[in-house]
Amino acid sequence: MPLLSFENLSIGYDNNIILDNLNISIEEGDYIAIVGENGAGKSTLLKTMLGLIPPINGKVTFSNGLKRSEIGYLPQQTLAQRDFPASVYEVVLSGCLGRKGLRPFYTKEDKELASANILKMGLKGFEKRCYRELSGGQQQRVLLARALCSSNKILVLDEPVTGLDPKVTNQLYEVIESLNKEGITIIMISHDLSVLKFANKILHIGRETFFGDKESYFQSNNYKNLLMKGDEK
Amino acid sequence: MGEFFETIISYFEFPFVRYAFIVGILIALCSSLLGVTLVLKRFSFIGDGLSHMAFCTMAVAAVVGLTNNMILSLPITIFAAIILLRSSTNAKIKGDAAVAMLAVGSLAIGYLLMNLFPTSSNISADVCTTLFGSTSILTLSLADVITCIVLSIITILFFVFFYNKIFAVTFDESFARGTGVKTNLYNLLIAVITAIIIVLAMNLVGSLLISALIIFPALSAMRIFKSFKSVTICSAILSVSCTALGILTSILAGTPVGPTIVAADIVVFLAFLLVGFILSRIRKAA
Repeated sequence: MPLLSFENLSIGYDNNIILDNLNISIEEGDYIAIVGENGAGKSTLLKTMLGLIPPINGKVTFSNGLKRSEIGYLPQQTLAQRDFPASVYEVVLSGCLGRKGLRPFYTKEDKELASANILKMGLKGFEKRCYRELSGGQQQRVLLARALCSSNKILVLDEPVTGLDPKVTNQLYEVIESLNKEGITIIMISHDLSVLKFANKILHIGRETFFGDKESYFQSNNYKNLLMKGDEK
Repeated sequence: MGEFFETIISYFEFPFVRYAFIVGILIALCSSLLGVTLVLKRFSFIGDGLSHMAFCTMAVAAVVGLTNNMILSLPITIFAAIILLRSSTNAKIKGDAAVAMLAVGSLAIGYLLMNLFPTSSNISADVCTTLFGSTSILTLSLADVITCIVLSIITILFFVFFYNKIFAVTFDESFARGTGVKTNLYNLLIAVITAIIIVLAMNLVGSLLISALIIFPALSAMRIFKSFKSVTICSAILSVSCTALGILTSILAGTPVGPTIVAADIVVFLAFLLVGFILSRIRKAA
């Protein structure tokens, strides 16, 4: 039974359709890499999935007991965060907020969950450190810990390795892979093609949409075109 | 020293001094609490835009002959705040331009109205009072004070109950929305509370200086402190002490209240800037 599926989904802004008629189902435990050119609609697809923008047509269905608010999300960093005074602990704890509804304060369970995820992401001892003073890789692990506080089922990542050097990028991929091995479904947008090594399924969006397992993707025209584009750069 | 305290105590026997002190402290507290969020959301100038709007509505209230101008200025300022905060996400005219337009436009209309329909013989003194709050804090009636106390309590309760939500909406709105936090609702509430604070603060520092009350304590605290909670607490303490100091100084030295408070805020900001600089040097050396 799929965890979530797109049925005849068309996405875009203000009735401008970027991507039309998408039919996909995502199974529990999948590791899906979303690739495609700039402007193909990768981020728009994520935002539609999260309910940040409404779909133009079709629908996103959650099943298997998954609720929309139970998606762990790692967005692209914003400008405001660069000089935001916030401790690592405050940021991670805010991941628990989504399911609290109107209840104003964090409970003991929330705080324990935050501490456990800080430990899991190898950030023990960093709780009181200021988020903006951490390195890029550490910041991403803080945001991962926050996403884990909001979900232990599915993580959606939007370009998590942008601006990281190759070594830190690999470390982050290893962390994400270990989460996938624990049974967490991963959906990741990436410009960095080394993600293909870890994913089990690929969603390529653009003029031709491809969705399927990695082996058949490597044989497809989409992949060859993408490689050629990469060479030209 | 004893003489000094005796002078202060003798001043506090006047009810208008006590009123000014209570109202001043409450406004300082409220404005600094929300200031942290407004600065971080890049809305520092919203205070300016809205206070000019409030100036305009007060001019209208005076012309129409309303005795309690808050009846008019509060709802209109709240309305303007909602429009401004909403427009920053999806609008033809972008955030900063919209604020600037509103600020200068309403200032001009307000002054024009006061001139066309003068309600007293000394217009420039009236305008000066509304812009710089020079004496209005010392002429508060008991009703003003009670209104101010009630609205301040609402603001503080709002802030305490929604503190975690305010943090989430300020730090990362798309994450908060993606995980099911009703960010639009909280942005709306922040807008309403901002408007309330601004209408209240008109009495204390006048409409030109409100921004100072909102941004200086937050910016000072951010020089030294590194977490949202510590910045918020520090900014509240700074704001309240600067305001208390400013009111006392202005009573003793006979200076205008609003500018004196802002001057105290500036001195504290410079001190924190220096300390922050030294601390970062020490940390680098270590």
